[in-house]
Amino acid sequence: MTVERIVSEAKDQFPIGMRVLAVDDDPTCLLLLETLLRRCQYHVTTTSQAITALKMLRESKNKFDLVISDVHMPDMDGFKLLELVGLEMDLPVIMLSANGDTKLVMKGITHGACDYLLKPVRIEELKNIWQHVVRRKKFDRKDRINSDNQDKPHADSGEAAGMGNADNNVKVNKKRKDQKEDEDEDRDEDGHDNDDSSTQKKPRVVWSVELHRKFVAAVNQLGIDKAVPKKILELMNVEKLTRENVASHLQKFRLYLKRISCVANQQANMAAALGTADSSYLRMGSLNGLGNFHSLAGTDQFHNAPFRSFPPSGVLGRLNTPAGLGIRGLPSTGTIPLGHVQNSGHSSNDPNKLQSFIPGNHNANILQGLPMSLELDQLQNNKGVSHIGELPTANSSSVFPVPGSLMDARITGFSNNPILGVTSNSLMLEGSSQQAALHASNLRDGVSAIGFQNGNTLSDFASIDPVSNQLRDSKADLQGQATSINCNSGQIMTSVPQEWNASIPANGAIIQLDQCLDQNNSIFHRTMDSDSIGPMSFVDPLSIKAHNSAMEPSVIEKEGYLMYQSRPQGNHIPDNIGSLEDLASAMMKQDQDNGKPAYGNFGHNSYSHRACI
Amino acid sequence: MERNPMRRQLQTMRKSLFDQGYLDDQFVQLEELQDDANPNFVEEVVTLYYRDSGRIILNIEQALERKTFDFNKLDAYMHQFKGSSSSIGAKKVKAESTLFREYCRSRNGEGCMRTFQQLKKEYATLRRKLEAYFQLARQAGPVETACRPK
Repeated sequence: MTVERIVSEAKDQFPIGMRVLAVDDDPTCLLLLETLLRRCQYHVTTTSQAITALKMLRESKNKFDLVISDVHMPDMDGFKLLELVGLEMDLPVIMLSANGDTKLVMKGITHGACDYLLKPVRIEELKNIWQHVVRRKKFDRKDRINSDNQDKPHADSGEAAGMGNADNNVKVNKKRKDQKEDEDEDRDEDGHDNDDSSTQKKPRVVWSVELHRKFVAAVNQLGIDKAVPKKILELMNVEKLTRENVASHLQKFRLYLKRISCVANQQANMAAALGTADSSYLRMGSLNGLGNFHSLAGTDQFHNAPFRSFPPSGVLGRLNTPAGLGIRGLPSTGTIPLGHVQNSGHSSNDPNKLQSFIPGNHNANILQGLPMSLELDQLQNNKGVSHIGELPTANSSSVFPVPGSLMDARITGFSNNPILGVTSNSLMLEGSSQQAALHASNLRDGVSAIGFQNGNTLSDFASIDPVSNQLRDSKADLQGQATSINCNSGQIMTSVPQEWNASIPANGAIIQLDQCLDQNNSIFHRTMDSDSIGPMSFVDPLSIKAHNSAMEPSVIEKEGYLMYQSRPQGNHIPDNIGSLEDLASAMMKQDQDNGKPAYGNFGHNSYSHRACI
Repeated sequence: MERNPMRRQLQTMRKSLFDQGYLDDQFVQLEELQDDANPNFVEEVVTLYYRDSGRIILNIEQALERKTFDFNKLDAYMHQFKGSSSSIGAKKVKAESTLFREYCRSRNGEGCMRTFQQLKKEYATLRRKLEAYFQLARQAGPVETACRPK
């Protein structure tokens, strides 16, 4: 192994002098690779062991610009190394293999490789690899600048960015979103002053070894199931680290764990099943909050991510009070941490996380997310909503506003429906129409863990319609009808109960769609001021559609609420809901047990109307 | 045209290696990497290859001596072997490796064994030829690289 000295001036002549770490257990290939790289005028360090490579990388974050690694290695799988490097060091990694199977290449890409080369490698290909470094640097710089700006609103973006800035410490790039409270769902970060021109990319936090260790320690201390970003953040006690950062890192970490242990398949399945919904959800997702949700649903990560049960948050409590809903708190069962899903290698920056999140984009994003919760099956009625806000949506946008649905049936008058614990930040449960607050903040928190229970009907979610007015009326209605609102898996019914409005964070308007699917139209369109709810979309589609069954809910009518209008007939959710419907039905199928169609639509008014529906 | 007779001989030898399909373009890549800073690069790589791949060959042999073949393992070995072989441009050897892997995938033990024998032959033949080649190259003079492509 040759150790190259780090030449700082090399940076100036970039790509000349780019520092590459080459890992390959085959000495012939390694020698060849090294020589080729040298010929390209890079600084090369080689090692035949992945473990050694990791050690070297951990020693000094800034020692290398790029990593090239073989896929098949005896001491560690190349993909695993890839993941670790991505998690900890965030360096571009190029995979090498003699095997060019599409599946393998796909695997490499999904694990985060920025390129996949076939052996024997040609020098022409290596001459271009520096592009990957530049690309990343650029974004980072921008992100950093932005984040810096955000943090301190001075115009000094330049210095902030400096790659030089980065160093092992956590560079917390605050997502713009974070700062923006509630803004409309569409947050495209324009609101913030962060100039981050790139905007698309979220500012990146560099997870140094030390930081990651703290993170892991915190997670272990809390227990992987209970590890929520907020608590992790507290335990880590690192300045300038946001919940979002932790959330996204947590997401990745969970994904990583999952991959290792292959757990939580069910969730994936669930999600998949539910994922039928089309993109309408996505639309809903436009709201930031939703985005998260989507991502949750869509992404694999979510599936994997263990649902954490959210401890009933205060929000829930609030919910109870205001609305008659009796929202008991969202089921604590593992809600899906919507926290922004980083999916896709996390980092989709997009502001609307929603879209981005959905990996694959299942339309059903939301629902998908729901299914997960369903699996958790924890949502029980009256379960407190697991803390909704906990999930930090790392990516600012991703806060997934899982509607705080967790309302018990009571809320909407549905008595039996178990409430889906989906609680995302958006849980709007915050009562008080803060929808905006809810939505924004909730989402931001990214907590939205949607705890949909399979069996439970989400229906209980009362979607809080920020609009509240409407809700109020509908609430009454809903309550009457509610009954069947079973939100299955995720249907979050938004019941409009007036109370809810107050209590239910706008976002969360979980609409118990049971019935109102039909109304969806109305509901969704409701005027909920969506903007607060933004992400609620998550709910909407689901809930609304979900119920085809008799949703009688008269709930909706309300203008804003999704509330279901009493139309029992299948609720077809208005256009947007289309997907929801699918989703809902999927969900419903999932847990047929209840027989109640409940699904809560998250009634985010705002969003649902717009987006989701 | 080389004035030096040894050089000429060297070039002829080299050409025949390509013409007979023992080597492919990757070998040329190796040659191109050889320069004044790295005057014996090609030979170094080839030597390294034979040393390392010998180990894999041995592993495969042992695996083939079993009563039942572990095709996955065999395939993995051969995958690795193939990677190395292709890195030095060993064309025939690589072809046999590919064939071997196919037999592994189709769980054809007979085919694997046959192919492996053939592979070993090609492997040995190439080694002989390259050794002769390098020896001549050394004799032809260190100043110029043994096989300058141009």
